[in-house]
Amino acid sequence: MASADKSSPTWTVNDSHSDAFRLKTGLAQNLKGGVIMDVVTPEQARIAEDAGAIAVMALERVPADIRRDGGVARMTDPELIRKIQEAVSVPVMAKVRIGHFVEAQVLEHLNVDYIDESEVLTPADPTYHIAKHGFKTPFVCGCRDLGEALRRIAEGAAMIRTKGEAGTGDVVNAVTHARRLMGDIRSLQAMREDERFHFAKSIAAPISLVAETAALGHLPVTTFAAGGIATPADAALMMHLGMDGVFVGSGIFKSGNPAKRAQAIVQATTGWRDPGAIAKASAGLGEAMVGINCDESNASYTRFAARGD
Amino acid sequence: MTAPRKLTIGVLAIQGGFIEHSHALRQCDAVERVVEFTNAKEMAAQPLDGIVLPGGESSAMAVLLESFDLLEPLRAYVRAGKAVWGTCAGMILLSDSIKHAKLGGQSLVGGLHATTVRNAFGRQKESFIATLDVPDVVLADREKPFRAVFIRAPIIESVGDDVRVLARVVRPSAPPDAEPDIVAVRQDRILATSFHPELTRDIRFHEYFCRMVAGEV
Repeated sequence: MASADKSSPTWTVNDSHSDAFRLKTGLAQNLKGGVIMDVVTPEQARIAEDAGAIAVMALERVPADIRRDGGVARMTDPELIRKIQEAVSVPVMAKVRIGHFVEAQVLEHLNVDYIDESEVLTPADPTYHIAKHGFKTPFVCGCRDLGEALRRIAEGAAMIRTKGEAGTGDVVNAVTHARRLMGDIRSLQAMREDERFHFAKSIAAPISLVAETAALGHLPVTTFAAGGIATPADAALMMHLGMDGVFVGSGIFKSGNPAKRAQAIVQATTGWRDPGAIAKASAGLGEAMVGINCDESNASYTRFAARGD
Repeated sequence: MTAPRKLTIGVLAIQGGFIEHSHALRQCDAVERVVEFTNAKEMAAQPLDGIVLPGGESSAMAVLLESFDLLEPLRAYVRAGKAVWGTCAGMILLSDSIKHAKLGGQSLVGGLHATTVRNAFGRQKESFIATLDVPDVVLADREKPFRAVFIRAPIIESVGDDVRVLARVVRPSAPPDAEPDIVAVRQDRILATSFHPELTRDIRFHEYFCRMVAGEV
């Protein structure tokens, strides 16, 4: 049973944030404990929704295929986004290239519910991310550590995810990023106030957001795991590491039985504390995606996580 | 005046904004204990004076309620006349009928004699914050209006004779002659709001729910 510990992290709204930003972070708060699934057709979107996805990410290719095909990966065709919006009632997200604010304007025009400024697509700008506060549509961005997360939030991201290595089926990088992020926050909480100023400088993050994170004990926005999650146990592992929910990309529709695996990952993300529930959800799922080993010695794959900082 | 009864409130914790509700409830004087539950066993582990069904995605929550054997226990709880409060997706789950359901339909807890429309204001871009006029019974301090957060929110389209409307709202983008939409209702021991009091610092709706649980209102 979840504890009712009065010292557990709170989600009290910070009054210093604007109403517009609170609406953006509010939607992400409602997504907590859920699974967001990559889909490339309206039919896949229906399968995801039936399995209990809290949202779908409308893509032309899942990350595993982006890796296989190579070339430049861009925003999804608006016609496909519309068809997926018509097919499901849950929020529909879509990706833009890092720094490509015109792709973001197009997605906002299409009434997408959340925009992922994503390293999985080919970056449009090697230096600058999108100034996200100017949009009414909320953004989610990737991070590898606390500094990167707070820089994205300063730019206007209303939700954060780990970068991981999408399309590999290897959870090691998502684990690394989540541990680094949560470890940074625990270190920050142990610091004296005067030490926090230096820490903010060392991680290149605004002191106001560093102070807010220290007070909350977590990022000021909802934080999901992403990149390489392929099994119910992977999802539960990320929840144990302090993530609020999970993105699953290629892991579902590159597996033997997508509908069953999707529902199993949904169950494990809710029942992450219960090994029995995860065992039950994991039984007889058929083949997982084959995957790519992310070991350092494997030089044959593109490291998405290094895109953007 | 009698001492406040010490309440144990359950919060459905399968998905959505349950931490926020737990946090707000712990600030209410009448609450002794908040129990977050994710399955039937945890729900039955102790008597619950009232239950909160939080916001989230109602279609996902419906799938999870079935997976974790919670649908029937919650239906029985509502049928027994125990106190429940649903916010946003929770309001959808409590409704007897809904519109714009997931294709192929979605399970409901039901009990609230109302027809509720999912995503009634549109997509995320149409989410808004509005100041609500809520009658004195809900808010002791009328001087301070209630700022309500509507996120991809549902509305109640029609209600049964035993349902009392507590609040209505006119969406910011509505034409000047638009009829206000029903966004908060009470039916005996069922409270439902299409907005999210748990996403603000204002705990007056949580205090009202506690008074309802305690039989004071």
